[in-house]
Amino acid sequence: MNTIGYKIKKSILYLILILLGLTCLLPFLLMMVNATRSGSEIVTSFTLIPSTYLSENWHTVSEYFNLLKGMLNSLIVALPATFLTAYFSAMTAYGLAMYKFKGNKLIFGTILVFMMIPGQLGLIGFYNLCTKLHLVNSYIPLIIPAIAAPGTVFFLRQYVLSVLPPSLIEAARIDGAGELYSFHRIVIPVMSPGIATMAIMAFIGSWNNYLLPMIILNKNEKFTLPVMMATLRASTDINSNQGAIYLAVAISVIPILLVFAFFSKYIISSISAGAVKE
Amino acid sequence: MGKGMGIMETKKKKMKNYDNAGYFFVAPFVIVFLIFSVYPVVRTLYFSFTDAKIAGVGEAGWIWFENYKRVLTDKFFWRALGNTVRIWGVNIVLQLGLAFLLMMVFSDVKYKMKGLGIFRVIYYLPNLIAATSVAFLFKTLLDWRYGTFNQIIYSICQLFGKTYQPIDWLGTAAHAGVTIAVVQTWVWFGNSFIMLMAGVQGISKDYFEAAAIDGAGRWTVFAKITLPLLRPILLYVAITSLIGGLQMFDLPYLMAEKASASYDSVQTVVMYLYKFGFETGTTQTGYASAIAYILFLIILAVSVVQFKLFNRKEG
Repeated sequence: MNTIGYKIKKSILYLILILLGLTCLLPFLLMMVNATRSGSEIVTSFTLIPSTYLSENWHTVSEYFNLLKGMLNSLIVALPATFLTAYFSAMTAYGLAMYKFKGNKLIFGTILVFMMIPGQLGLIGFYNLCTKLHLVNSYIPLIIPAIAAPGTVFFLRQYVLSVLPPSLIEAARIDGAGELYSFHRIVIPVMSPGIATMAIMAFIGSWNNYLLPMIILNKNEKFTLPVMMATLRASTDINSNQGAIYLAVAISVIPILLVFAFFSKYIISSISAGAVKE
Repeated sequence: MGKGMGIMETKKKKMKNYDNAGYFFVAPFVIVFLIFSVYPVVRTLYFSFTDAKIAGVGEAGWIWFENYKRVLTDKFFWRALGNTVRIWGVNIVLQLGLAFLLMMVFSDVKYKMKGLGIFRVIYYLPNLIAATSVAFLFKTLLDWRYGTFNQIIYSICQLFGKTYQPIDWLGTAAHAGVTIAVVQTWVWFGNSFIMLMAGVQGISKDYFEAAAIDGAGRWTVFAKITLPLLRPILLYVAITSLIGGLQMFDLPYLMAEKASASYDSVQTVVMYLYKFGFETGTTQTGYASAIAYILFLIILAVSVVQFKLFNRKEG
């Protein structure tokens, strides 16, 4: 087995895998380096050695927009949305999985149908609803709908069926525990790994969401980070701004990189689970 | 005896009560779902049959299928659909192809490649970044005069003594679609790879061992075991990618300049919908709603066909 040919072939395979990995990382690396360089440096040549213009670029960025405010706005939207998705999806999933009531199958069927429906289908009606309810420029249309996340409910329903033995709930009932009490004290702890996975995905989804906030928000001071970033589209003086653009992108990327650094295992397992479950 | 029956009865009664608690658990979901998911979809359907210009402003007249007729005869709509399919087509071939090759490399019994954990994380990383950030990162890197990509290619060409005429990756109709498809691939191939890998790891080792004992070659194993057993996951990846692909918006919308020559060649269906649904000056709510429903019907039809196709082959 361990012939020279085998070893060479294996090394070539590794080399290809590493090159592909570099392709994934290089744009980020160039971004970080270019964020420290001046516009005129960037337009003349490329390098992987950082320069000294970081603070100048930061100055230009802050003149153009307030990224920290955008980040704060994104947090104000993403944190409650994530919490609502996690809590109410677990609640709905548990309700659908453990109780036999009229309409249970109908609700589950509707959830399956809505998982297949593209998000754009209701977009116009959604915007119309928000204007009627005077919710334009409010974060409510970006947060409250998170209570009803069909995909998350679907995943957690399968999950609770596989991890929660019904006898556990029956035992609690015999001890006189109320249904909601059992849900909080028994079901949520048992489901927590699944809930955590879904919560991370919900957070990233909400944090990165662009189309819906762009439609709902039209005041600069309300913009979430992606909407704020998109205003770069209007900037024409790319030449002098390039370093600043790289810096702005870098700043917008860092929070997600941090989330990923801590939770990559959860994230990857959730994708794998999604694939195997189907 | 009588007492026992009584306990049974109360127990039964109590079980019924427990089941009614289910309503309480699903109520918040159902209420929000009806308001923010079902109602908008129905409302959009209503608009699609009216000549509403700006939703809620002025009277909307009922015009039956006029909007649908107009969409089906609108050459810009068909062009947008063509663009979407073309970009998606290039993207899915690259994305699934790459994911598939990686899956084969990592599941190869002969080479037993290590480092799946770390490679998986790195390949997946681009998928997490907001589309707006990806769009501006690549837009800036691919800028034809000052972009770093052309600089890199230029210096590589110089190394080999060749000249390089900088390519306008995003500004010309010939390149823009493919460029966006490649960026899309960069974003999504890790995701597909993880799914395929999960699928291949779910295949029982017994099959492969039995095949090895029978002296089956790598390609036989691949064609007779791996590929057939992976079919459901391939279907899942393909359908989700198609549903996502037909809804493509962020990357082309942000990467293509409206004024540039390439804009018409990368305008997707959802960009076209957005133009009529939300852009000031061109708002025609009724028309945009019809576009949304036609897009939905196309997605539905393709999903059904794809599903049937895969199921038949399985038999």
